[in-house]
Amino acid sequence: MQALRQYIHPGWFLVAPFLLVVVAFYLGPLVNILWLSVTDPEPGLGNYEALFTSDSLARILWTTLRTCLITTIFSVAIGYCLAYAMVHAHNRNQNIMLTLLLISFWISVLVRTFAWLMLLGHNGLVNNAFETIGLIDRPIRFMRNELGVLIGMIHYMVPYAVLPLMVNMQTLDPRVMAASRNLGASGPQTFWRIYLPLTLPGLVASSLLVFILSLGFYVTPAILGGGKVLMVAEYISVQLLVTLRWGTAAMLGTLMLLGVLALLWVMSRFMRLSAVFGGGATR
Amino acid sequence: MKPGLFAHLTRVGAWVALLFLVLPALISIPVSLTPKRFLSMPEGTYSLRHFQNLFTSPDWLSSFAQSGVIATSTALLASTLGTLCAIGLWRVTSRFSEMVRAFLLLPLIIPQIISAMVFYRLLVPIGLIDSYLGLILAHTILATPMVLITVSASLANFDPKLEQASRNLGASNWTTMRRVILPSIKPGVIAGALFAFILSWDEIVVTLFISKFNVYTLPRRMWNGIRENTDPTVAAAAVVLIAITLLAFVIYALVARRRAQTSPSEE
Repeated sequence: MQALRQYIHPGWFLVAPFLLVVVAFYLGPLVNILWLSVTDPEPGLGNYEALFTSDSLARILWTTLRTCLITTIFSVAIGYCLAYAMVHAHNRNQNIMLTLLLISFWISVLVRTFAWLMLLGHNGLVNNAFETIGLIDRPIRFMRNELGVLIGMIHYMVPYAVLPLMVNMQTLDPRVMAASRNLGASGPQTFWRIYLPLTLPGLVASSLLVFILSLGFYVTPAILGGGKVLMVAEYISVQLLVTLRWGTAAMLGTLMLLGVLALLWVMSRFMRLSAVFGGGATR
Repeated sequence: MKPGLFAHLTRVGAWVALLFLVLPALISIPVSLTPKRFLSMPEGTYSLRHFQNLFTSPDWLSSFAQSGVIATSTALLASTLGTLCAIGLWRVTSRFSEMVRAFLLLPLIIPQIISAMVFYRLLVPIGLIDSYLGLILAHTILATPMVLITVSASLANFDPKLEQASRNLGASNWTTMRRVILPSIKPGVIAGALFAFILSWDEIVVTLFISKFNVYTLPRRMWNGIRENTDPTVAAAAVVLIAITLLAFVIYALVARRRAQTSPSEE
């Protein structure tokens, strides 16, 4: 033991329990799934070939990418306004806004999806209200199509978009903006030429975060899409639990995993990840 | 900067966005009070029958109990493992330890559908599918990174000289840990345990894959209720969940306030 301690920092003994659990019970099966994607049902790249030959797979991938992209654009746009207003609000207002944001962040995704089901249905509150005030004469179809999925997903993602942006905006030096105004730039000019470029790292980080989270999102598309909007996550679950085709599921899982890791790598170029996920590396 | 039209627009837009975030969930309150047998808005008359059903039906009660047991065990295990791990990484602090930290955060960042495949793949061959043990193991792996994050944040504010002082005064490793380090990072540990509890209590994607009949957690039963889309008991359950969320939030806010008070060096 004593000899061991000379070579290994004693701190590692505290890390070991969780590290071993993750390696044995998470990394192990994960590697196994990567392996399955090239060996099941037969060795080779057959599962990946299907990406180019199967129309349904291509359609699912396209639906997923399109939905995630639109979700990201809207969530980050809303999140940017929110973060801007929160950072520049008075202390008391800032606290109220932060509380509301965190409460919506914490409410269960099932509860929120259920709420949208009630609001957006054929006889839901939104359609009824629109009909009462005479805005429409036939109910709009919100559910079982992409519109419903998008509303539900954007609603879920906005808080995630806000947090990295707020971190970024709080670090800006307000004197830079004041200098720009003093030198004769108008408010909009200052915003477009100074503020927006300075918040670019936050924008990139928040877009990537929302995009990553949207890629694997399962609950809301499955419920609000009602089987009509099939995205990768739901397709994987069908492959595993209904048709029992591990190969295809593993292939899609591998693609998603590689995509997420690549995006995380890009994200780490723009922002210290520990600032987003919290970390102790300040010493 | 003088607040211009643009600033005003952003401010109004921000409040509208916040209402968009918070208000929709509240619709479950009126729906849960409907006197009818199907999901509908109450018209004039209200009834508590769906809450009565929620709290007397053996199915719903057993789901509450199961979720409670699983989430509590997860919170305990995750906060133990996560705290040890955070202290260890904090002690080592090297380039390599930061890589290990990034690796250990992966279960939190990897999409849950992939984690669901991972645990399904793991638990089927060892026969732990649809068991308490399997769910607790899966939830613990997902939740421990949360504790790692909150405790590491606490440790970042902890003055390492205190640890040295304790050692110099003759305290052993274990005493230093118990009497000096742990009390200073307690708010981080509590916040982490709370997050771990909520994560497990709400978890649905992994749970859908690794539970069938024996273990039927609250989110699982809600998922079924939402899919069937008829019984207003789901709305009552949603209201109870919102209430629990608010309660957890209040606890978290109190802990956070205490953390701000005990460490004036922060901000």
